[in-house]
Amino acid sequence: MGLLNKLDDPYYGGGIILGTLEDVLNWGRSKSDWYLQFGLACCAIEFMAVNASHFDFMRFGCIPRTSPRQADFMIVSGTVTMKMAERIKTLYEQMAEPRYVISMGSCANCGGPYWEHGYHVLKGVDRVIPVDVYVPGCPPRPEALEEGMIKLQKMINEQAIFNKRKRLREAEEKEKSVSDVVLSQN
Amino acid sequence: MGELKKVDFEYSQLNSERMRLNVGPQHPSTHGVLRLEVELDGEIVTEVVPHIGYLHRCFEKHCENMTYPQVIPYVDRMDYICSMNNELPYVMGVEKMLGIEVPEKVEYIRVIFSELNRIANHQIAIATFGLDAGAFTPFLYLFRDREFILTIFEKASGGRLLYNYFWVGGLAHDVHPTFKEDIRWIVKRVKETNKEIADLLLYNKIFIERTANVGILPADVAINYGCSGPVARGSGLPFDLRKDAPYSIYDRFDFNVVTGRGEVGTVGDCWDRNIVRFHEIEESCRIIEQALEQMPDEGDVREKLPKKIRPPQGEIYSKAENPKGELGFYIVSNGKDKPERVKGRGTSFVNLSVLPEISKGYLFADLIMILGSIDIVLGEVDR
Amino acid sequence: MIEQEIYNKLKEHFGDAIVELKEAPPSDPFIQVNPERLQDICLYLRDEGDMLFDYLSNLSGMDLAENLGVVYHLYSMKYKHTIVLKVTVSKENPNVPSVERIWRTADWHEREAYDLFGVIFEGHHNLIRILNPYDWEGYPLRKDYKTPEEYHGIKVPY
Ligand code: SF4
Repeated sequence: MGLLNKLDDPYYGGGIILGTLEDVLNWGRSKSDWYLQFGLACCAIEFMAVNASHFDFMRFGCIPRTSPRQADFMIVSGTVTMKMAERIKTLYEQMAEPRYVISMGSCANCGGPYWEHGYHVLKGVDRVIPVDVYVPGCPPRPEALEEGMIKLQKMINEQAIFNKRKRLREAEEKEKSVSDVVLSQN
Repeated sequence: MGELKKVDFEYSQLNSERMRLNVGPQHPSTHGVLRLEVELDGEIVTEVVPHIGYLHRCFEKHCENMTYPQVIPYVDRMDYICSMNNELPYVMGVEKMLGIEVPEKVEYIRVIFSELNRIANHQIAIATFGLDAGAFTPFLYLFRDREFILTIFEKASGGRLLYNYFWVGGLAHDVHPTFKEDIRWIVKRVKETNKEIADLLLYNKIFIERTANVGILPADVAINYGCSGPVARGSGLPFDLRKDAPYSIYDRFDFNVVTGRGEVGTVGDCWDRNIVRFHEIEESCRIIEQALEQMPDEGDVREKLPKKIRPPQGEIYSKAENPKGELGFYIVSNGKDKPERVKGRGTSFVNLSVLPEISKGYLFADLIMILGSIDIVLGEVDR
Repeated sequence: MIEQEIYNKLKEHFGDAIVELKEAPPSDPFIQVNPERLQDICLYLRDEGDMLFDYLSNLSGMDLAENLGVVYHLYSMKYKHTIVLKVTVSKENPNVPSVERIWRTADWHEREAYDLFGVIFEGHHNLIRILNPYDWEGYPLRKDYKTPEEYHGIKVPY
């Protein structure tokens, strides 16, 4: 969102940053996301690799927390089973707002390889909790998870904190006008 | 206020209530989604009841609905840390039913990859065990090395974690041209890291204090509970299927079966189980070096791949030494192209069942160490 | 010791309780036994001097259309030989004596067979479900099992 770029900008210069309060808050929120450790299956091993030295997840400002009360978002990595589903829901509900969920791997997205005969597999974690970013793959490469993280940061950056209604209306109108243009072109 | 009355009592008469504590299924130091119900008397563990099944992914149901080659990816996902080792007993079993002799080169590549994966598995085991004990640095060191091993797997099979590389009758692809150099390099590297880990973690005074004389598993209990792999070998039991029931071409290599000797504590404690893993990495390096020497360059790895896989009626129990112990597949064929039944004997499933037995009477913090030293993977426990 | 010798010895000791020895390479040979005397047979196999099957590798349930089966894979640490035992019970009355007292490892294996097939192991100290939730209905690995529509309000099929 370019807040930092403005610091080096010759026109702004002088250590003065011009921006909205919302930008600053969102910048802070998106760059220090603490996540709830939630390893479930094979994807969790890739997730561990993301945490370790090669991929270094902490440079995104992500610090693992073991308690849902201290976490901003949750990475559901792996197969969610029926036995686990209710626990996931409880944990999600314990997290403080605003909270986000990244669903990592095909299993958490839609049941993955177990979609057909898995009588005990939940076909997608979005059946119990809302998901913000889906990362596909079985397992997703660490780079893919990082991409997902960047997507989430972008999402947080664009989020409205003040004047939510106005913003929503504006966005709706914009969308409508775009669709109008598309329709008229057709 | 009046004077305080003096009361005589003995501490042993104090009636303390037992406390039941729930650990997991989402807990930082259970390896995966295991739930333990622990009964504590103060800090002392008096009873442990594991509740498993939080990752039950219906492996056996899938096997009944898939053709033989289609089962291999599901086999991978059983013990996802060492997928190559999982594929080996399964494909060996089906090959034995079909009566296929695989080419020499395939056997060597299989052995090399299994041993490499054993190294990767033990590295994770030691790393996460260190993590449980509060040592973060070895984790970073070992994952750095593991990443290089995964790169080799990726070059050969295309996958980092789950490979689907061993096929019935051969391999999915031939290895890449720089295969031998890559592996020589990685073996050298692994040995160097191993030295570092010995200094950093295993012979560290604090680590020894935490793990020696904790969670002692006597050999006869280990046998009765069906333990295998480093858990059994840590108790001084030289049980290794690579030696005892040689499969593939393991009888051609010279290697030792490492057993726990109670170097710093009692035979069969947590430290012993880990030192076994540590030395097994070295033994695996030896096997790989020998295999690289003997491996033929020529040969087509896909020439024996059968067109149609339809084993005759019958059944087989095919087992192999997984890094965690004996991994077996009981395959029943009904003459069709889908198996009648495949039962996976999960190594971790059996090894975990000994936990309630060996954790009684220790402190609660030790319970976490004992669990870490058994080295379970929940994918295999629950299947 | 090879299977034939083991079979002969068992036959000598237990007579009719040992039904047959089946060999058909490349399949593993197995010995079919009667469920009634299973515990005695297992105890004998474990403790007899030249057998010493002290290690139960695997115990699996089977769905044999009309019947249910249980298969035991035994291994001896000392002599390094193996043997396979099989018992068959009817689906209406699926009672098999538990071998949990003989090999402690059978505890979880039997719970698993109960969970997935509904084989009831008599004498097991704690025969409850192990993999599926405790309130799950039906035995999933039976061939006629139907996946439930929902569990605790969550839709199960894709
Ligand atoms: S998506 Fe694939 S790798 Fe991830 S948990 Fe599911 S099966 Fe395992």
